Amino acid sequence: MIRKFLLVILFINFYNLTFAVESKIEIPKYDWSWKGFFSTYDRSSAQRGFKVYKEVCSGCHSMNLLSYRNLEDLGFSKNQIKVIAASSLVEDGPNEEGEMYERDALPSDRFVDPYPNDNAARASNNGAYPPDLSLIVKARPKGADYIKALLMGYIEPPQDVIVPEGMYYNAYMAGHQIAMPSPLADGVIDYDDGTEPSLDQLATDVTTFLAWAAEPSLEDRKRLGIKVILFLFVLFILTYISKERIWRDVKYK
Amino acid sequence: MSSNDPQGYKKTLNSPYTGVKGWIDSRLPLIRMMEAEYLKFPVPKSLSYFWSFGGIAMFCLIGLILSGIFLGMHYKPSAAEAFNSVERIMRDVQFGWLVRYLHMNLASFFFIAVYIHIFRALYFGSYKAPRELVFIFGMLMFLLMMGTAFLGYTLPWGQMSYWGATVITNLFSAIPLVGDAILLTLLGDFTVSDATVNRFYVLHWLLAFAIVGLVVFHVITLHMTGSNNPTGMEPQNWDETLSFHPYMTIKDTKAMVLFFILVAFVLFYYPNIMGHSDNYIRANALVTPAHIVPEWYFLPFYAILRAIPDKLGGVLAMFGSIAVLFLLPWLDTSKVRSCLYRPIWRICVLLFALDFFVLMFMGAKPASDIYVLISRIGTAYWFLFFLVLAPLVGYLETPRQPPTISNYLRDKKA
Repeated sequence: MIRKFLLVILFINFYNLTFAVESKIEIPKYDWSWKGFFSTYDRSSAQRGFKVYKEVCSGCHSMNLLSYRNLEDLGFSKNQIKVIAASSLVEDGPNEEGEMYERDALPSDRFVDPYPNDNAARASNNGAYPPDLSLIVKARPKGADYIKALLMGYIEPPQDVIVPEGMYYNAYMAGHQIAMPSPLADGVIDYDDGTEPSLDQLATDVTTFLAWAAEPSLEDRKRLGIKVILFLFVLFILTYISKERIWRDVKYK
Repeated sequence: MSSNDPQGYKKTLNSPYTGVKGWIDSRLPLIRMMEAEYLKFPVPKSLSYFWSFGGIAMFCLIGLILSGIFLGMHYKPSAAEAFNSVERIMRDVQFGWLVRYLHMNLASFFFIAVYIHIFRALYFGSYKAPRELVFIFGMLMFLLMMGTAFLGYTLPWGQMSYWGATVITNLFSAIPLVGDAILLTLLGDFTVSDATVNRFYVLHWLLAFAIVGLVVFHVITLHMTGSNNPTGMEPQNWDETLSFHPYMTIKDTKAMVLFFILVAFVLFYYPNIMGHSDNYIRANALVTPAHIVPEWYFLPFYAILRAIPDKLGGVLAMFGSIAVLFLLPWLDTSKVRSCLYRPIWRICVLLFALDFFVLMFMGAKPASDIYVLISRIGTAYWFLFFLVLAPLVGYLETPRQPPTISNYLRDKKA
């Protein structure tokens, strides 16, 4: 039985190996606050990460699967969220006169897109489309490690590489050409809690925020998981004992 | 009872029960049937835990249908809304993430259970007379499962959904004369589009319930012949059997709980391990992913498809690789069922299992020289196994005489 159990685990591992990305670019591994079986997103890091998103990324990147109210999960108060939402305008209507009008965004609104449509986004970014970041950590192989590496991966191109106009060299981007200029640098924004805004810190924080945004149910999932597995484990012991008892009277002549 | 006494004949239909139970049972003999087929049903004493996977697969199916019903209440089958409606389930619907991850992962575990179940049938010769129809209904279910899984994978409308659907539906255009018409009917448009996701959603439901229907046939045919067992010998007397309940019910429950601990572990801690990150990118007809790979359970067949340099040839090989399974009961000429007593065939079957995994690896790799070569060898063995080895080994091999179930158990205990 144990052997079969192990076989199934092996099977899944093998499967995972088959999907190992076949590129020469080695993505470094970082420590993340939410990786362990019981661990959760580091709230203060994610809150700082939201500030990085708000002040740096949100100029070009939408996150329209999230609502402002979702920020409560990260420990922002209702009032803070009202203020955050109200800093953006959304079109609403039509009102009773049949006119569309602009109003401050509410906590129930989705994160307001930086551009009115995809074409406007491309037009402002040299033809490149800045992808929505709501799911970005789940939408890339190596997830959070890749995002952080990419944000810190702007290095001088090797001598023999010519980077075309409007493109930038990045150590971790597939093909090393990326249309996004380096978004982060030491001290590019100030943190309210006095944390030193080094490049590494900024990248860690914004990646933590993006990881939460991609998988907000992670903490609920792990909490429920341990209960379900413990329950099944107790059930297994009971079925094990029952099986032994019921089969005790089976005679093998 | 004389044959010209209709009342006398009818008496045999009277229920053995009294009261409300008797009232229902004499009008709808379901209670009697359940007692005969699930309580007192005799099974060989020698069944191993390999025989638990049919029941496990059935519970996976039940779980898929239940979670599917709840997903269906929130999912919107249109190109514009599908992706966002799945994300709404993940973020805003109460326990939506649980139902969605359960559905996603149970599909994979259903295949794991079914592949083990099929391997058991091959290894112990469960497909051989008189169980040919049990096997054939099983294979039909496997075929429908693959169809259902493929259709279901299209529904989240991610990049892999879209491009997987494009690649696989395009295979139909290889069929001469009617290919294009079939493709157009299948897609409802000239490309994978809004019309496609809408009809795939309907067909995904339809096929799921068709599988349930086939489960009934699978079980009825099984209960006519009774279960096979590791010896491949039929029970000689009542002493070599056990009643299904409580012996098998408790044994299967134990196995099932262990299996579902594994399911829970993956579901709660690595829910995306069997998925592909590209499917969290919304479908985009203008951007093709670097590698289009199907879900893991299709990889062996995908490798066979790509092993043949001709499109129609590839399609024929892929469908052929499943078609040969249907013929196995007649291709295998041996008198002995179980591999335990067939030294040469045993090696062939184990090599076949290895071949399955090799092809699975190859299916995940890009179609470059060395991988295609290995895929071709794997494909060749697949067909060699069924079309040459099964009849030939059965004919040439000298199997050992399988023991009776009692002797087998006595030796095992000793």
